[in-house]
Amino acid sequence: MSHATADPGVRHEDLGRLMALMTGAEKHGPAATSTLDVLWVLYDRVLRVAPETAADPGRDRFLLSKGHGPMAYYAVLAAKGFFPVDWLRGFGSYDSPLGHHPDRVLVPGVEIASGSLGHGLPLAVGSALGLQAQGLADPAVWVLIGDAELDEGSNHEAIAYAGSAGLERLHTVVIDNDSATHGWPGGIASRFEAAGWSAVTVDGRDHEALYAAFTAPHPGRPHAVVAQVEKKA
Amino acid sequence: MDTMRERFVSVTSQLLDEDPRLALVLAEITMDGFRPARERHPDRVLNVGIREQLLIGVGGGLALTGMRPIMHTFASFLVERPFEQVKLDFGHQGTGGVLVSAAASYDWPAGGFTHMAPGDVALLDTLDGWTVHVPGHPDEAEALLRHAYAAGDDKVYVRLSALSNGAPRPVDGLRMETVREGRSGVVVAVGPMLDGVLAATEGLDVAVLYAATVRPFDGAALRAAAGRAAADVVLVEPYLAGTSAGAAAEALVDVPHRVLGLGVGRAELRRYGTVEEHTAAHGLDARSLRERITAFLR
Repeated sequence: MSHATADPGVRHEDLGRLMALMTGAEKHGPAATSTLDVLWVLYDRVLRVAPETAADPGRDRFLLSKGHGPMAYYAVLAAKGFFPVDWLRGFGSYDSPLGHHPDRVLVPGVEIASGSLGHGLPLAVGSALGLQAQGLADPAVWVLIGDAELDEGSNHEAIAYAGSAGLERLHTVVIDNDSATHGWPGGIASRFEAAGWSAVTVDGRDHEALYAAFTAPHPGRPHAVVAQVEKKA
Repeated sequence: MDTMRERFVSVTSQLLDEDPRLALVLAEITMDGFRPARERHPDRVLNVGIREQLLIGVGGGLALTGMRPIMHTFASFLVERPFEQVKLDFGHQGTGGVLVSAAASYDWPAGGFTHMAPGDVALLDTLDGWTVHVPGHPDEAEALLRHAYAAGDDKVYVRLSALSNGAPRPVDGLRMETVREGRSGVVVAVGPMLDGVLAATEGLDVAVLYAATVRPFDGAALRAAAGRAAADVVLVEPYLAGTSAGAAAEALVDVPHRVLGLGVGRAELRRYGTVEEHTAAHGLDARSLRERITAFLR
């Protein structure tokens, strides 16, 4: 399996240019950029998936649960060659496959259609179980959620069960921009740890720290990475 | 004779042995019956605890990896409570799975309204592409479960009930069957309603159709029956009254017709008691049905 290096010429610095191709309500909003560094490190260095392996049963899965503000996601997918950069210009228009929430049926490389919060982590749990049941022990399943998305009770159903089931191939990234109205006293990581997960909290803008957190061993347990970024304006 | 739910356990346990694509997801309900199957297939018999959103979400995730998920609990907790998961984690993802419910509209009257789901079929009817099977006998339940599990990536709901007819009918998972010919009207009996309908229409000159599969609705069969008889149609459904009235009207759009939708009433009875008492309270016992059908066809 190859790393996601379809276009080695595209660098992290180029993502801003790609995002600028997209127009629409959320243009350069914080929701669009809070995920940018996490997504880049994952697709550039961690996930074993590329356009040519996007339908391979053995690929790593990345599920964007926090589907709003998907511009960084689209920019990274385009940069990695999952679809043409030209598509970015049509963002949100009637004839474009790129909506303000992504749709797996329309966009190559998109693993789930999201937008309604709290669906991605349960789907990721099912995906990890499905791979395990088919003897595919290697592929990792990643899901990205937001700290406010964590309000949804469905996540807590999934966190409790996945911890108990010891789903080692399951990984959750929580983008924490302190946007949950009632906050998470005691920290987000503690919610995962109490349920039996491995969990680490890092600077969501520090690529080396993210990479280290993403690749930390977590034998017998699912793994959560809380990526802290600046507070939503 | 075993119940539909017991048949679900035996047939599903057997098919889990035979078909590696099948995976069963439970939320505690009926877990005891599946313990032997779970010992044989710990990776494909999953109990997520009392977590119904996760029940459907896990099924959706299994489907994303190419498996055929079977999700089961009581109808109210399978369709109503996690309805958005049913809507988004299957149809919107472009995937399929099999929902198998128990307890139906009022299988456990002493349990009260929290365990009654007369609106489940109407609710699923707001979504595109769900096949809905309503078996009227444990043998039909077995045939329709087998049909559902083998139906590729279709989205299928199998509505099991403690109510049952005395004898099974041949069911193919698609078509309505003409059980009785007659000229003054057409009565469509769905699933466990058949015995009551046959008793109610004894001696009347009405056609009786039997449907164990209501979605897609076999409009061709209804059109044909309404062509042989007066186009006065009575639907007798074991869930919310009128659930299939729109489908019947669509089937008869080119024919002047009348439709009476009978089924479970919308209002809460706020009564406990027995299944028979609830059937009578909703006017679905043979005597009430006869009165309502003859009044409509007069």
